[in-house]
Amino acid sequence: MDIKKILKEKWPYLFLLLVAFAVPVLVSSRYVFQVIVISVVWSVAALSLNLVLGYTGLASLAHAGFFGIGAYGVALLTRGGMSFWLALPLSALLATVVGLFIAMPALRTRESYFAISTLCFGVIIYIVAGNWLSLTGGHTGIIGIPRVTPIRLPFLTIEFTSLTSQYYLVLVLLLLTLFVMHRLVYSLQGLTFMSIRNNEVLAEAVGINAFSTKLLSFCIANFIVALAGGVYAPLMGSISPTVTMHILTFNWLVFTLLGGVATLAGPIIGAFAITVLIESLYFLGEYQLIIFGALLIVVIIYFPRGLMGIYDNLSLKAKDFYQQRRSGFKDVQRIAQSRGSD
Amino acid sequence: MCNALLKVEDLTKQFGGLLAVNKVNFEVYEGEILAIIGPNGAGKTSIFNLISKLMPATSGSVHFLNENITGLKSYQVAARGITRTFQATSLFDQLRVVDNLAIGRRVRTRTRSWDAILHNSVWKKDKEETTLKVMMMLGFIGLQEKPFHFVSSLSQEEQKRLAIGVALMSDPKIILLDEPCGGINNDETEGITQLIRNIKEAGITVCLIEHKMRMVMGLADRIVVLNYGCKIAEGEPQEIRSNPTVIEAYLGGGNHC
Repeated sequence: MDIKKILKEKWPYLFLLLVAFAVPVLVSSRYVFQVIVISVVWSVAALSLNLVLGYTGLASLAHAGFFGIGAYGVALLTRGGMSFWLALPLSALLATVVGLFIAMPALRTRESYFAISTLCFGVIIYIVAGNWLSLTGGHTGIIGIPRVTPIRLPFLTIEFTSLTSQYYLVLVLLLLTLFVMHRLVYSLQGLTFMSIRNNEVLAEAVGINAFSTKLLSFCIANFIVALAGGVYAPLMGSISPTVTMHILTFNWLVFTLLGGVATLAGPIIGAFAITVLIESLYFLGEYQLIIFGALLIVVIIYFPRGLMGIYDNLSLKAKDFYQQRRSGFKDVQRIAQSRGSD
Repeated sequence: MCNALLKVEDLTKQFGGLLAVNKVNFEVYEGEILAIIGPNGAGKTSIFNLISKLMPATSGSVHFLNENITGLKSYQVAARGITRTFQATSLFDQLRVVDNLAIGRRVRTRTRSWDAILHNSVWKKDKEETTLKVMMMLGFIGLQEKPFHFVSSLSQEEQKRLAIGVALMSDPKIILLDEPCGGINNDETEGITQLIRNIKEAGITVCLIEHKMRMVMGLADRIVVLNYGCKIAEGEPQEIRSNPTVIEAYLGGGNHC
């Protein structure tokens, strides 16, 4: 594919990518910049939840638990002297293994029973994080988590001390996650996930092992969310058991549902839109949740496919409108030509 | 007649006090069309469910190519070469026609998550083969005009054709068709009948359940008749047509088990 064609077909994505890389230049407020950094981390978490919930149809409510395992893993290992770049994949692997043990019994259940059982496992992770004093520091948590280990190249050293460098770190994680999700979703493997969500009995009847497919989706999602947790810990410098709390899972669930479930852009749009909304309603104090709740109900009732659904509907209508106008214009031209020939 | 591809021996299924399938024995020979008929509640669909392992048998066994497949799971049975359609047309209805067909091919592909992420040679080979197979199947089932349509926009007959296509995508040795002509008109029935003939010509053994007797009599090589979970007759269409036990069962006769 030549560059001209790429520019013509993919220009909105390239534009967004350009804006994403230019954020440190475009945003002057440190507070807004911090909100953007955290929104990027939440986007990664919501994207991973979208794989298991949106594409495979499993409402995993233990997601924050795996985020927490990633965060605690990196915090403990880097405090022990390990490089962040080794601690990160190790922590994500740990979360995946823990997820594997949780999935074995949980995946024997279906639908709401699966949601309830994973919620219970998530709460167990929270309780462990809050009570294993010698390891996790209990509810006080872990403070003084070392910054991300600098990358030393022969000609360059990349430090992660500034907010800008941290932003680029989370942005790279988001882009990698998007890349992996895109490749997975638009492949036979992605169709296999969707077949389970859509019709598990038929999927098994055509030879798909539903259990191992669900297990795979669950493990990939846990690995990615643990990576997000692992990046989150050194960015914050301290963590407590709240990083494993189910309220985080519910937040990501809302990001995904509002943005557009089973779409790649939806969870990212949801993560940014809702974080901005919450921040802009901050002046309402505790009442902000009422506005937020009402909005959520309206969107779920009237726009079940979320913001991406609204976008799709609008773009479809716009397409129809322009097609009609074009055909109308052609009719006028034809009539004018026929009159001219008369 | 050729070798027995599928052998059902003393197959029994009990739901509490109800004996849905009662020691049923029959064989399906390679390359034939075997029809299973019987009044409503005779246990026809239950037998399909037992063969395809949608539910476990109470007792008895199913042998496929001389292998005992009684203890296998549904997806393992499909991988061996037995696929099926369902009485109430069952499809991946949130997906497009081509996606439905591609999922039907999944069992014959080797693409794993890593292959999909890396776009390596395994992914490439599977993608090319699946695309080719999907295009061929679209032509075979007569849906070449609607590859990107969603299932919900297809007519009942088209959905039936697609369901058959999904089951054929994995190159099965035998296909179990549960009422392929249920809920469609006579012209459409003719079309599906021709499709089943084409399946047989392609070398795939067919076992079907159907209520439309004219279609069954004209299509099947042999017929197995069930009533109250028991096999009451087996033979060629001419024999079955004149069998007094079968006539009595269809007219509401008693239990002949």
